Amino acid sequence: MTMKTTSILLLFLALKSAGNSSMAWGMKQVPEQMSMNPLLYLRAMLNPFVAMGVIALALALLTRMALLSLADLSFVLPVTAIGYIAAVVLGKVFLHEAVSGQRWLGTVLIFAGAALVGSTSQKTPVEDAK
Amino acid sequence: MRWLLVAATVIATVMGDLLQSHEMKRAGEQSVSARGLARLMQTIAQRRLLILGVACNAVSFFAFMALVQNEPLSFAVPASSASFVLETLLAKFVLHEQLGSRRAAGALAVLAGVVLVGG
Repeated sequence: MTMKTTSILLLFLALKSAGNSSMAWGMKQVPEQMSMNPLLYLRAMLNPFVAMGVIALALALLTRMALLSLADLSFVLPVTAIGYIAAVVLGKVFLHEAVSGQRWLGTVLIFAGAALVGSTSQKTPVEDAK
Repeated sequence: MRWLLVAATVIATVMGDLLQSHEMKRAGEQSVSARGLARLMQTIAQRRLLILGVACNAVSFFAFMALVQNEPLSFAVPASSASFVLETLLAKFVLHEQLGSRRAAGALAVLAGVVLVGG
């Protein structure tokens, strides 16, 4: 994995984790229940934590698109799955969520699955591509 | 209701990612410098399937907002990793990317993890 790919990957994980946490914290403060009405979502974004979450996650989306231009989707997906583990840790530590033993086990399995494929080549060689 | 929102998030994410990956490969390598981001914006504006991909991301984003309003983050995020399993399969069969037995085993482990996290 090149230095460039690694830095973009780390930037993506930081933005995604911070954005998810801020979003989850803010959405639980929004009094109206979300429905099919798009206006409700726009109004929810007036909450500062939701707004920060939207900005961080939008930047994460752009970062991820840059990452996809450098590496295969089947490489990008497993390594960014580390972000799922980060979300459980952040949910437990900062949002004070109750995390069961079964949920931790599931989290470890997701991490193991991600690690298993992390060492494979990151881009299909052009001469082998069909 | 929570599984309905998980399904909406997962399907919209999968469609968005497939369209994005397909179009970004055709657009060539991108960077995150100031000039790189401007060029990325230009690429997005020029490619219709890429715009559709971004629209799918918007739908998945709204569904995720509704999901974390009522469910813990430690459920919502791992549950949405179900999209990863579906995408790994589609990356192989639709995008024709190389997919070895290690990657397939990894995808299965993630699938088992999702089942446990959601249970």
